[in-house]
Amino acid sequence: MGIWEILAQYYQYFLRGTRTTILISLITVFFGFLLGCVIALLRLSKNRLLNGFAGLYITVLRGTPLLVQLYIVYYQLDFIPFPKMTVLDVALDRALPCAIALSMNSAAYIAEIIRAGIQAVDIGQSEAARSVGMTGAQTMLHIVMPQAIKNILPAIGNEFVTMIKETSIIQYLGVSDLMYNNGIVVSATYNPLPCYYISAIIYLILNLVAGKGVNIFERRLKRSDR
Amino acid sequence: MTGENGVLIETKGLKKSFGELEVLKGIDVQIKKGEVVVIIGPSGSGKSTFLRCLNRLEEPSGGQIIFEGEDICSSSANINLLRQKMGMVFQQFNLFNHLNILENITIGPRLVKKADEKISAENAMKLLDRVGLADKAQEYPSRLSGGQKQRIAIVRALAMEPDVMLFDEPTSALDPEMVGEVLGVMKDLAEEGRTMVVVTHEMGFAQKVGTRVLFMDEGQILEDGTPDQIFNHPQNPRTKDFLSKVLNCI
Ligand SMILES: Nc1ncnc2c1ncn2[C@@H]1O[C@H](COP(=O)(O)OP(=O)(O)O)[C@@H](O)[C@H]1O
Ligand SMILES: [Mg+2]
Repeated sequence: MGIWEILAQYYQYFLRGTRTTILISLITVFFGFLLGCVIALLRLSKNRLLNGFAGLYITVLRGTPLLVQLYIVYYQLDFIPFPKMTVLDVALDRALPCAIALSMNSAAYIAEIIRAGIQAVDIGQSEAARSVGMTGAQTMLHIVMPQAIKNILPAIGNEFVTMIKETSIIQYLGVSDLMYNNGIVVSATYNPLPCYYISAIIYLILNLVAGKGVNIFERRLKRSDR
Repeated sequence: MTGENGVLIETKGLKKSFGELEVLKGIDVQIKKGEVVVIIGPSGSGKSTFLRCLNRLEEPSGGQIIFEGEDICSSSANINLLRQKMGMVFQQFNLFNHLNILENITIGPRLVKKADEKISAENAMKLLDRVGLADKAQEYPSRLSGGQKQRIAIVRALAMEPDVMLFDEPTSALDPEMVGEVLGVMKDLAEEGRTMVVVTHEMGFAQKVGTRVLFMDEGQILEDGTPDQIFNHPQNPRTKDFLSKVLNCI
């Protein structure tokens, strides 16, 4: 079977897998961003315990393979009765631990992006704000964050693009993402190469579209940058 | 509210170390209401650190700072409230880059004093008018010259209606032709009777506008007197040495 025949006969598998990949990526970036904000704030805190915890979190999650983290989270959380349901052809008791593991991993990278973005804002800006009597929180909210966000958002966009590729490992836990469905088609056709080409092209398109979105977003930011 | 004899700020044995390095070695100074105190001294002698301790941008390592009768380092002191009363002007201006000039000036009153938007804007426009920059209200800081930025920074501090203004080398980052416009604004403030503490290398300003000059070296105040005493009759050999270097530098 050639590539066109495989596509004609099995395109539904690829579409279904792509849908799962996109959903998992979006969920991961969303929760990764929320958790990443929390970790970044802990990292910037003056409390040494909180700061140390965040530092350890970032070191461990960036210093071990995502696949290992995936298995650890999966087996560590097996006491949680995840719902035995399928939503959009995805088994939740497998997909949820994956989403948690991916979000936790992404949060470590996002926390570093946020911390670097905040620290790139000149210290003189906060000093000026504090010297007129603003509180630490007011300074962060009204002076530092609006300037840091311009460094942070584009980098988070890139993190999203990276995440789309990284999600491919959740096939190992049997979540029916693009690579998982790719595997089904390979066993059905005994012709792996065209399948992998199809998947590669789909990933590439996803990334180009996401990258384009990030670019447009960046340009908007630059335009408002005075 | 001031302490005895109109003393606005008093430091007692003020010390500050950065790690092993002791930058302020016990400073005792009284600054009275209406004084224009100019601090001079060689680079690295601790002038900025001293000024930044006064509003606790640096945390003192020892001693006391009494401002308007209150120990600003005590745990009960409301530092944000105290800082409102001490305007600060920085060498690098530090205007808020993401806000236009009007917003730069009104954000303090509005956030900190919960001032009405319209009233704070009107006040800001009056102050801008005084420094000749009313037409820049809607500009962003990146569009202004250094001299203009520093005049805005002074206005931003004034908008909080502080009881004292602290200046840390306000003209050192300026091109020479812009020094005059900033010193001019500072001179006007001095003539209004504002209390000011000014770290500067502008000896002309120290002599003509200062009511008192402190000479600082290696974390200590070595000489304290009127401009006439310091410039014309310095007592300490290190003051003499410093002045001979900065006054005859050609
Ligand atoms: N944040 C800091 N950390 C470490 N050392 C500092 C810090 N700020 C100032 N110093 C040191 O303290 C000394 C006095 O500095 P400063 O107060 O800026 O002097 P001046 O304003 O008189 O030039 C210098 O030796 C400087 O290197
Ligand atoms: Mg200095």
